[in-house]
Amino acid sequence: MAISSIIFILLFASAVFLFTKNIKKVIRNIRLGKPLDRSDRKDERLKLMIKVALGQSKMVVRPFAGFLHILVYLGFIIINIEVLEIILDGILGTHRLFSFLDSFYFFLIASFEVLAVLVLVSCLIFFARRNIARLKRFSGVEMTSWPKSDANYILITEVLLMSAFILMNAADTALQNIGSEHYTMVGTFPISGFFVEALGTNESSLILIERSMWWFHIIGIFSFLNYLPYSKHLHVILAFPNVYYSKLEPKGQFDNMQSVKKEVELMFNPEADPYAAPAEPQTEPSRFGAKDVTDFTWKQLMDSYTCTECGRCTSVCPANITGKLLSPRKIMMDTRDRLVEVGNNIDKNGNEFNDGKSLLRDYITEEEILACTSCNACTEACPVNNDPLSVIVDLRRYLIMEESKAPSEWTGIFTNMENNGAPWQFAQADRLKWKDEE
Amino acid sequence: MSNLKVTTMAEMMAAGQEPEVLFWVGCAGSFDDRAKKITRAFVKILNSVGINFAVLGTEESCTGDPAKRAGNEFLFQMQAMGNIQILNAYNIKKIVTTCPHCFNTIKNEYPDLGGKYQVVHHSQFLQELIDNGKLTVQGGEFKGKKITFHDPCYLGRANDVYEAPRELIQKLDAELVEMKRCKSGGFCCGAGGAQMFKEAENGEKEINIERTEEALEIKPDIIATGCPFCMTMMTDGVKLKNKETETKVYDLAELIAKSNDL
Ligand code: SF4
Ligand code: SF4
Repeated sequence: MAISSIIFILLFASAVFLFTKNIKKVIRNIRLGKPLDRSDRKDERLKLMIKVALGQSKMVVRPFAGFLHILVYLGFIIINIEVLEIILDGILGTHRLFSFLDSFYFFLIASFEVLAVLVLVSCLIFFARRNIARLKRFSGVEMTSWPKSDANYILITEVLLMSAFILMNAADTALQNIGSEHYTMVGTFPISGFFVEALGTNESSLILIERSMWWFHIIGIFSFLNYLPYSKHLHVILAFPNVYYSKLEPKGQFDNMQSVKKEVELMFNPEADPYAAPAEPQTEPSRFGAKDVTDFTWKQLMDSYTCTECGRCTSVCPANITGKLLSPRKIMMDTRDRLVEVGNNIDKNGNEFNDGKSLLRDYITEEEILACTSCNACTEACPVNNDPLSVIVDLRRYLIMEESKAPSEWTGIFTNMENNGAPWQFAQADRLKWKDEE
Repeated sequence: MSNLKVTTMAEMMAAGQEPEVLFWVGCAGSFDDRAKKITRAFVKILNSVGINFAVLGTEESCTGDPAKRAGNEFLFQMQAMGNIQILNAYNIKKIVTTCPHCFNTIKNEYPDLGGKYQVVHHSQFLQELIDNGKLTVQGGEFKGKKITFHDPCYLGRANDVYEAPRELIQKLDAELVEMKRCKSGGFCCGAGGAQMFKEAENGEKEINIERTEEALEIKPDIIATGCPFCMTMMTDGVKLKNKETETKVYDLAELIAKSNDL
């Protein structure tokens, strides 16, 4: 076996190994969440996933960005066929293994090239929108230096990978033209064809270009793969399960807390013997609502890892638009960042470790969660069906039920509701007065 | 005394009768002066087409919506269970309400707690009446008027009801104009999530002002809505912008009642 094949196999194996290890960590962290059954309505879920994740239906609500994103996404998926060939070539020490497909192969590579250019141009436009036009959606308190760099790294990497791909093809064509050994004749490609002449006819330097671009491209892909678990780019994988496991109930329907239901049922039916039922396994929550990430369901945690930081939620949030602190994107990002922190703590210090911090207050303030109108604009806008509202509500539940820290006006409406069945201080006996007024 | 014909469930029960539908009035509809006008307008329509309906009257209590959105799940479930006991005792099957918050809560959150009913918003109910020929709408004073519809979050996004309110407006022969942010992209009035009952957090602007400005941009004769809380928010907004003479805020039920001279 050629030395290059051995190096390639080693690189490939370690890339896969590392990636698996880090993805397992992500899965472990998501599983720190509370159980939630989303195994129902499979057909509907599949359809939704095809429409929203595969079909990008919510991306095109903003046509320009949506269109460019679809190009990048198509490029990503389709060019992966080429990556498959590259990997096989790398392992087997072959060159353009699939070229036996003949004219179909030529068609494939030609379309890859066209896509590659479209991806490249789209990424440049995306880059300009973020860094030159400075769209408001890409700024905000939560868009600190890391999220901004993350977005730029992704775009730059894609541009570099696509350029390497095209340069590689150009050098390949030049080598074919001079009849270099190993370089099967596959013809001139539509895009790289333009650069062939510029590369000259020196065989050894052409081989150097072709080989280094080949290695650069594939090593770039391996590195990018291993960058995913640390980046918002993880959405390329998680968008699919995340949309599949979306909440299918009407957006206005909040879950009824089952732990509360049991107690309330007992109050309404005091004769019911709480011990009559066989003792259930202890799945009672340790607290009502959520103070830290482990109080959420696994789905809420998956949401946070899937967040693309696109800010579509925040850009339609009435609280944020009118200058309040609340930003649903920040809610999702904080949840994820805290989850990563909790996960790292577990890795270092074991399961029981308590760093004395919590999502509420160390990351998200009361002021933020109190500003939400529960309008569902954020959930409607999110292209990967995240539900920042459910996170906000669970944090409120903790604040109100565990800490009794309601704003004083809310304490007032609670008291009124308890005493006279309305948020205002009107007697229940007067509920029909409207009938005789006017 | 008014000439509204309103029967309570208790009275129906005593007379051995059953209503076609229960009208859930809601706290705002019962106590808020502006919202009470909506309640009365809706009853006038029901009376005019001879719908056999009942109200719970003094047996009605808050659905618990504001408590739930605020995070007080205990209080919500206490309210819900209490209401469900009464509704079930009266064997209620169909409920209509003029409040999207009551609509959402009873329709979506009560079933799991034992309260299973067919629940419709009054815009849907009115549309049904028109569709099956029971109610005809003349248009009257609203013919040709420029009307925009402000989607209540708990009717629109929360429950995907976008068309019924718009069809009602079109029945008035009015010119329906949309705001920039409408339907699933509609912009909140600022009242939901129990915000109605407290001061807003610090910011640059009130949400209802942002929304009112957007509505006023298209210079409508009328801002229509289908929620008593949106009504408060939009009315306040229009007042603050000193546009009360140019632009009125009406509920869908009021538009229909007025156009039919009820
Ligand atoms: S539900 Fe809350 S967080 Fe989401 S857009 Fe509305 S106000 Fe903002
Ligand atoms: S929650 Fe959704 S809409 Fe908001 S930033 Fe994340 S991906 Fe974008």
